[in-house]
Amino acid sequence: MISKDIRSYFPVLNQEVNGHPLVYLDSAATSQKPIQVIEALSKYYSFDNSNVHRGVHTLGNRATEGYEGAREKVRNFISAKSTEEIIFMRGTTTAINTVAQSYGGANVQEGDEIIITYMEHHSNIIPWQQLAKQKGAVLKYVDLEEDGTLSLEKVRETITDRTKIVSIMYVSNVLGTMNPIKEITQIAHEHGAIMVVDGAQAAPHMRIDVQDLDCDFFAFSGHKMCGPTGIGVLYGKKELLDQMEPVEFGGEMIDFVGLYDSTWKELPWKFEGGTPIIAGAVGLAAAIDFLEEIGLDEIEKHEHQLAEYAMERMSEIEGLSIYGPKDPGKRAGIVTFNLNDVHPHDVATVLDMNGIAVRAGHHCAQPLMKWLQVTATARASFYVYNSEEDIDRLVTGLRTAKEYFNDVF
Amino acid sequence: MSFNNLDQLYRTVIMDHYKNPRNKGTLEDGSVTIDMNNPTCGDRIHLTLQVSEGIVDNAKFDGEGCSISMSSASMMTQAVKGKTVDEALKLSTIFSDMMLGKEYDDSIDLGDIEALSGVAKFPARIKCATLAWKAMEKGVDKEA
Repeated sequence: MISKDIRSYFPVLNQEVNGHPLVYLDSAATSQKPIQVIEALSKYYSFDNSNVHRGVHTLGNRATEGYEGAREKVRNFISAKSTEEIIFMRGTTTAINTVAQSYGGANVQEGDEIIITYMEHHSNIIPWQQLAKQKGAVLKYVDLEEDGTLSLEKVRETITDRTKIVSIMYVSNVLGTMNPIKEITQIAHEHGAIMVVDGAQAAPHMRIDVQDLDCDFFAFSGHKMCGPTGIGVLYGKKELLDQMEPVEFGGEMIDFVGLYDSTWKELPWKFEGGTPIIAGAVGLAAAIDFLEEIGLDEIEKHEHQLAEYAMERMSEIEGLSIYGPKDPGKRAGIVTFNLNDVHPHDVATVLDMNGIAVRAGHHCAQPLMKWLQVTATARASFYVYNSEEDIDRLVTGLRTAKEYFNDVF
Repeated sequence: MSFNNLDQLYRTVIMDHYKNPRNKGTLEDGSVTIDMNNPTCGDRIHLTLQVSEGIVDNAKFDGEGCSISMSSASMMTQAVKGKTVDEALKLSTIFSDMMLGKEYDDSIDLGDIEALSGVAKFPARIKCATLAWKAMEKGVDKEA
């Protein structure tokens, strides 16, 4: 287990909410930020702020070094071959939309297939729905096993030679399921399709090696991994990115601009139109340093332990159902549940009154809610700063909710 | 543990409407149908209204959601039945003001609706409470 002392690095956690010390169990929505990240942002704005890639002056150089240094940090973090393959974007959503519009726009034709699964986040559904509609392509869903996992057999049955794109999340933001991305990538490639990975819930929690996965694109967001909001990454294989057209046009991404025609910069900058997210990248680099200092393997282990403890403790509550794999070894630190007939909003309000922050709703996964045959669920998600004590508080809070609503019914 | 804070939100009358919703169902000959949902949380309401000569003759609702959204729907149908469209819209304005924590017109007897005034202190739940009223506004607007 990661030492509880780590909590002291997160100023936001040091407060009372509704008269109780805060227990933050909503990191799958966004993580809290350590002081190292907050200070990196503050230092950047206090000392180095300038625009990048153009300054002859000192601050311009410092800002450029900070921004490009962050790119190298990200490259190393996900084990990409080259920084040309690391594109800074607003977040996972923008990254997936870019792949859909640029790669998909050029390579998907009428009757071609795009494959996703029932567990996807809306950000990995709607860009493909739109592309399918534009192109007259077919959007197909891989069905899930009863425990909310993916079977390679069903993946094999769904992917055909008409499949152009397979896009699947690495870790489910609802079920916590960790998907066999490496094996799925291999199946996709056997059929000549490319593999896109929604890594939003994976990058914060486990070691990522895009070369080992052999995926073609990998998208993730900074804010779920201790970084600031507004910065994310699209990784793409160089040979694919080279062929692709930018989606946004304007300053920063151009090489030569004529009156009626222009040319683009080299990779990765041709995809980064406009003044880039400089401070965001600097903050993300500080977040990567922070996570690597702890160790991604340590983080993954910590979360498995918390998930296991949470599932064990929560199962003691009569009438509480947990969704997703029963085997804690198959899931990340996410536990989604419902408490009898008490609506998740009501559960979340009772918990909030006790200083405990959980998410309630459909978690941007309406097709999955339909698959689970529920309209909404409550979700507790854990990160480096959570401990077994937080889970004890959650369990006490859930008992309170149950007691309260049993009383009024 | 004290439930005082929770009791501000979950008054007995609210839980009664949640447990025993009034006007639950669908009007077969309903002259206007409105489906609305709360995209951030998945609450859903299916409202049918019978409006003739500027009067809301009947109202029924169906749907899924938390105690606040469903009890509010129950109270809303109860409140607007038999009212003129103008009166129903006036009630909706009063309710909206109440939710925003503004001063509201208390010259009209609000009956059970008043029990929802505590929701104003729970900003995350205001949308739950206003869903049914927004559906009603859209419905009488369709009819007008």
